[in-house]
Amino acid sequence: MELTREEESALKGEQGEIMQMAYRILVATGEATDAEKLVPIEWAHLSGVNYNTIGDAGEEFLSSISKNARVKVKTTLNPMGFDIDNVSNYGLNENFISKQLSIKNSYETMGVIPSFSCIPYEIYDIPKNGTQVAFAESNAAIHANSFDNLKTNKESAFSALASAIIGKSPYSSLRKEDNPNITIRMKVKNPNELTYGMLGFFAGKIGDTSVNISGLGEMDKRQTKAMCGGMGTSGTCAKFIFGEGDSDCEKIDFDEKEMLNVHDELNTAEKGDLITLGSPQLGLDEISDLAGKLKGRSFQKRCMVFLPRTVKEQARKIGYTNELERAGCEILSDCCTCLSPLISKDNVDAVTTNSIKGAFYLKNSNGVDVNLKSLSQIVEDETR
Amino acid sequence: MKKVLVSGKVEGIVLKSENSINFLGTVDKKTGIISDRNHDLFEKSVKDTILVFPSGVGSSVGAYTIYSIKSNNTAPLAMICQKADLTVATGCALANIPLITISDEEFSSIKNGMKLSFDTDSSNQIHYQ
Repeated sequence: MELTREEESALKGEQGEIMQMAYRILVATGEATDAEKLVPIEWAHLSGVNYNTIGDAGEEFLSSISKNARVKVKTTLNPMGFDIDNVSNYGLNENFISKQLSIKNSYETMGVIPSFSCIPYEIYDIPKNGTQVAFAESNAAIHANSFDNLKTNKESAFSALASAIIGKSPYSSLRKEDNPNITIRMKVKNPNELTYGMLGFFAGKIGDTSVNISGLGEMDKRQTKAMCGGMGTSGTCAKFIFGEGDSDCEKIDFDEKEMLNVHDELNTAEKGDLITLGSPQLGLDEISDLAGKLKGRSFQKRCMVFLPRTVKEQARKIGYTNELERAGCEILSDCCTCLSPLISKDNVDAVTTNSIKGAFYLKNSNGVDVNLKSLSQIVEDETR
Repeated sequence: MKKVLVSGKVEGIVLKSENSINFLGTVDKKTGIISDRNHDLFEKSVKDTILVFPSGVGSSVGAYTIYSIKSNNTAPLAMICQKADLTVATGCALANIPLITISDEEFSSIKNGMKLSFDTDSSNQIHYQ
């Protein structure tokens, strides 16, 4: 990767240790992604916020760099481990809470907006077409590239942080025009959000940096988010290009058989002890739809609903949160199903969810079994 | 080797996987043990190995897992991939774990349990013993 004289000097350490570290990370990123230069970015979105995922090493690292590091561009933040408004209901230990608050504090000191959301594309205005950004959250990077006409790498927690500090990011393959050599053809009839999540998971396993995708039909927001979340979980691929692609593209069908394979890999229980909705977090449209579906009905077991704080506030004003709480939902902002410390195998054997991304991490990280169902099926089976 | 992403000098025993690794959630950040029962390294520890695998996949937070295993002294001595991905590259850059990529032919020729060494400053050859 070619660096300007000023960039070279920063890499050598002539602009301080923080800038040297940030440039070392971007150089490794650039080498990994065949970038020939750095380009300015307008927005960074960081992962690496939940104490459950970054641990003591991450907490200490952030605390140390926050003394000197400051972000240069608009920078937003992924979910953390709990909602401060109701954390006392969940029996988290003091150490977890204080370490999480230290992480929050370090990011705020660096000038990061404490958005605690994995759906930045839904709660902020989208910049003009083609704007360069650096999104670390995998579902957000895929959504930005595929549905929002933005350009981003599938950043790592560190490359997004380094990009935020420097205000530039490597000009990697995903930022350029791409002609993937694979086309995935959606062949499953009457898909719901669970089907699209499994399609994304399947595509992520097959694709490299991007894939063509055809036969999708009209999709609502819940379905597009599920598809991006699924893809981000299983691979390195970070862009859907809509259409059949060139005639020499390899065509791969996602049919009932392939869907069953994904389902069998991730569905490990016949029923769950509790229900989680939101990974990715729910936006206002989905909350409105859920409130409608739950009219006159109540959950027969615990149901955790994850959403960004800004959405919770809007939903409260409109009256949706009252409606959801009446139906037995626990409403949590600032956190998400994924890697939640609030769900432990000590008191839960299995979780019912409509999220493929949530299913993967519940199983592999929380160690609980997963029962996959679409939202409509969940409402039908689990409410009265 | 094809590319040097993080330079260094290393000698050790190969732990090879034919599966990609999602560091977040499948590698225990205290012990370095693989916890995904569908993975071919299930229940094996990456500590002090030369970890050879196709590439990293999945969540971007995996870079912190690499930094954590390094801080907990359970990290590999070096990593060798067929394809470099951002999570592994940046995790190794911060944790200062040497990372190189190799050709598909070289990848097939490396076997589990082999002893190998390389020094990215002196040559771009991997030495097998």
